[in-house]
Amino acid sequence: MAELPQAVRGFSTTFFTMFRKVNTEQYPEDKDKYPPKPAFHGRHQLNRHPDGLEKCVGCELCAWACPADAIYVEGADNEEGERHSPGERYGVVYQINYLRCILCGLCIEACPTRALTMTNEYELADNSREKLIYEKDDLLAPLMPGMAEAPHAMVAGTTAKDYYEGKVTGATPAQLEEVAAREAAKAAAQAASDAAALEQVADVDALGVAVAGAKSKYAANAKEEALAARATDAGKGGEQ
Amino acid sequence: MGLEEQLPSGFLLTTVEAVHGYAAKSSLWPVTFGLACCAIEMMATGAGRYDLARFGMEVFRPSPRQADLMIVAGRVSQKMAPILRQVYDQMPNPKWVISMGVCASSGGMFNNYAVVQGVDHIVPVDIYLPGCPPRPEMLMDAIIKLHNQIQHTKMGADLVKENDEREQLALTAEPLIEMKGLLR
Repeated sequence: MAELPQAVRGFSTTFFTMFRKVNTEQYPEDKDKYPPKPAFHGRHQLNRHPDGLEKCVGCELCAWACPADAIYVEGADNEEGERHSPGERYGVVYQINYLRCILCGLCIEACPTRALTMTNEYELADNSREKLIYEKDDLLAPLMPGMAEAPHAMVAGTTAKDYYEGKVTGATPAQLEEVAAREAAKAAAQAASDAAALEQVADVDALGVAVAGAKSKYAANAKEEALAARATDAGKGGEQ
Repeated sequence: MGLEEQLPSGFLLTTVEAVHGYAAKSSLWPVTFGLACCAIEMMATGAGRYDLARFGMEVFRPSPRQADLMIVAGRVSQKMAPILRQVYDQMPNPKWVISMGVCASSGGMFNNYAVVQGVDHIVPVDIYLPGCPPRPEMLMDAIIKLHNQIQHTKMGADLVKENDEREQLALTAEPLIEMKGLLR
């Protein structure tokens, strides 16, 4: 019976382990308790100046630095009345393919305006390749208080240099007004087109077109739309 | 499986589908398919700190015939491709595939002749998981998203119909190899 003390000693380890602190992280329930380190490289973000203009100048240095060829940028000139960033140029197309991106951070090191940074967001899994190409809309930083949605004019009397030196601290009333006027015009145009569409439907009814006929027409429209959507999906990213 | 194959669809089957989906998602058995560094994170996810056992899937089956989930973890070389397909074919239906990490999903930074540019060239993928390698939380997030998909899987005649529709879509879809731009 010399084994008994040894067995007791062995099982006592098992027994006392039951009272030790549990090591497991309850991921989906308590994920806020275990945030990634602040330096963690997660999803990218395209930052804005304090007045809401974009910081990206469309220089494509991020795309050049990318070892996996995951970034696609197209720059364009800022037009008067359609200004997205201070200075000459802005990024009109900005796509990151998260199925190529290895989250290494070379792009954010390459960015000369600090327009591109990385967040701590990591829940990116999805069920198709198309959905994992993030467009500019998905990457742009949300509007903070005091910001006005680009495009709008620069703060009166400033240059691009003032923006980079941090002299602009928020949107001026003139900028806010410009954006509000644009939004109102857009809403009015939308309402007008909705009314026109309703009128068209009314016309069709007035002509006494059979419901079945109208239905097949709408079905054909829907089919065309679906085909067009597929075509744009397939051409996403353009020729590189 | 007599009844639900005869009926087209109905309230009875939606309840059965919900129960079946709950059972299926709560006991996924992954097949061991670690190919590279992502496999290290996959092992970490199975170990005590992240503990996949909480989702009822701690047993990584070395034999595909007892598994219904394939986590392709790592870059798939051209030489590994037929083996991967064979393991997938040996798994019984219903089965699912998670493409873990950028290399498995699209070739990642290995855009060369030796590596398959996305495991979806070989097997149908249900969830694509970016990251190089993805942290264990990312893998668990992908698994939870897959659970949601499985919960809403159809059964019987509806499943046959859905599969036919998917096959028709797949037959008319543009081949992956001809995609341009970032979808390459």
